[in-house]
Amino acid sequence: MIAAHLPALQVVVPLVAAPLCLLLRRGGLAWALALAASWAAFAIAALLLQQVLSTGPISYQLGGWAPPWGIEYRIDVVNGFVLLIVAAIGAVVLPYARVSVAHELPEDQQATFYTALMLCLTGLLGVTITGDAFNLFVFLEISSLSSYVLIALGRDRRALTAAFQYLVMGTIGATFIVIGVGLLYMVTGTLNMLDLAERLPPMAESRTVLAAFAFLTVGTGLKLALFPLHFWLPNAYAYAPSVVTAFLAATATKVSIYMLLRFFFTVFGTADSLDLATLENLLIPLGVAAILVCSTVAIFQTDVKRMLAYSSVAQVGYMVLGIGFASTAGLTAAIVHLFNHAMTKGGLFLALGCMALRLGSVQIESLAGLGRRMPLTMFAFVLGGFSLIGVPLTAGFISKWVLVQAALERGNWLVVAVILVGSLLAAVYVWRVIEVAYFRPGARDDAGEGIAEAPLSMLIPTWILIGASIYFGIHTSLTLGVAERAARFLLGGGA
Amino acid sequence: MQRHFVLRVTTKLLMPFILLFALYVQFHGDFGPGGGFQAGVIFGAGFILYALVYGIESARRVAPAGALRVLISAGLLLYIGVGYAGLALGASFLDYNVLSAPAPKGQHLGIFLVELGVGVTVAATMVTVFFNFAGRGRD
Repeated sequence: MIAAHLPALQVVVPLVAAPLCLLLRRGGLAWALALAASWAAFAIAALLLQQVLSTGPISYQLGGWAPPWGIEYRIDVVNGFVLLIVAAIGAVVLPYARVSVAHELPEDQQATFYTALMLCLTGLLGVTITGDAFNLFVFLEISSLSSYVLIALGRDRRALTAAFQYLVMGTIGATFIVIGVGLLYMVTGTLNMLDLAERLPPMAESRTVLAAFAFLTVGTGLKLALFPLHFWLPNAYAYAPSVVTAFLAATATKVSIYMLLRFFFTVFGTADSLDLATLENLLIPLGVAAILVCSTVAIFQTDVKRMLAYSSVAQVGYMVLGIGFASTAGLTAAIVHLFNHAMTKGGLFLALGCMALRLGSVQIESLAGLGRRMPLTMFAFVLGGFSLIGVPLTAGFISKWVLVQAALERGNWLVVAVILVGSLLAAVYVWRVIEVAYFRPGARDDAGEGIAEAPLSMLIPTWILIGASIYFGIHTSLTLGVAERAARFLLGGGA
Repeated sequence: MQRHFVLRVTTKLLMPFILLFALYVQFHGDFGPGGGFQAGVIFGAGFILYALVYGIESARRVAPAGALRVLISAGLLLYIGVGYAGLALGASFLDYNVLSAPAPKGQHLGIFLVELGVGVTVAATMVTVFFNFAGRGRD
């Protein structure tokens, strides 16, 4: 009986944990509850994906109202996969959170922190699972509002301005999305995505539909930090608490990429007016610019967290390139990179959180000699860095390999060159950290002696994600196989 | 505001009507314009008016931060609880039909409880937000 209600539980289990965390008041208890909820969400996501892979899309009617009128939760290969990514990151980050949050936040804010984290998880899962365009906006706001709170909880006072900047940009993005959805509702009279896809083709030439398309693209672009709309991201990631940075970096932009895929290929996919060539002209230059500009900017950062934040914008560039090609290979690359980058960047930010716990700062200078003092953390960072560069046998290599294939399929040698240059730039910024950590002697006299390895509760989650980014670089059948099915499904070939 | 006699008396006179009107908007919301959100805002506005005129300390005595915190969670939990009740009775999440027979009665009960949850959470949140802003720098 429960099995039939898994789609609702996927969202509602973390949702019910949020107010309970607030009631518990004690940080430790709230943590335990949030941990249980996130693991339950992960188990549900795994079951759902398994069910989708074996029997096809699942539809769930909320409140018993039939789809075009009521809210429908619809899970297919694409969002089943994204749900698994989000829930997995949540399940890995929470065990890590206890020590890190206790270190970075005062006791009286911890219960609130877990409340906001659970709401954020609810929102992200909700955006992914829903088949209703307006419901998507509601969940988007839940996840956004809670992530502003989470970012503002950072120790540095600049976290407040960063959160405010994100709030302004995020609200503009969300407003654009709701305007887009409103315009679509105006012309079609429906909010269900599948219903929209059916009703849009005859009126695809209408200016209202084109305006809706533009609003949705720009709004989603703001949310996913599409170059040049990424200015909120580096500050937000740099000043947020370590756990929040790892969680958001691995999930929030990924869910936005999924939204872009959903709007482009499910809602507008059937409309002929959406010329795929236009998509290519718009997204590929932006993706290329993101990779080149942001990778270069990352090289000049002195704060490692900020450096990785810029690198995230560049990595979003790779995914956008894949979407821009609008071919099976391109979408496969985008979706598989969604997974691989979530593992890699999540792992890297968790490793940084371990360093922040022991050092108090992640300025590149303070990492001197860390290779000897925190060997496990630093080695995790190195492996994650390799995956970011795209060294063979890491997950990053797989995504770039598929992306290069997609570019070659189109005969676009320029993009191939850009991907290679992007990898070289990544090698430069990763190497800067490695050099300081391994080849520069640490300042032995200034209290550096006491720096020891991070506790196991933080090391194990870090290594799970880093391990995943190596494992899925070798065993690609799971990730690449599902990504390819998802890509075919989006392009209308069926799963 | 100690010396603004007119304001103090008028506020005291208006308070019961504001709160009663909020309850009217809450419970008549199923038949006319209104509902949980609007009612919560009006109810919260009553407290805020009281705090503006009689000082934030006296308002806090009526609505302590701890109680507000509980109310914020309780409202949301009531909403989710109705959803889970649908699940427990073998229908889908938030299906009101199964809450009580016949189905229209169930629908009525469901929307009533859900809106009540919304009202409680909104009122408590409004007051909390006001207290936090107005109380800045005092404690």
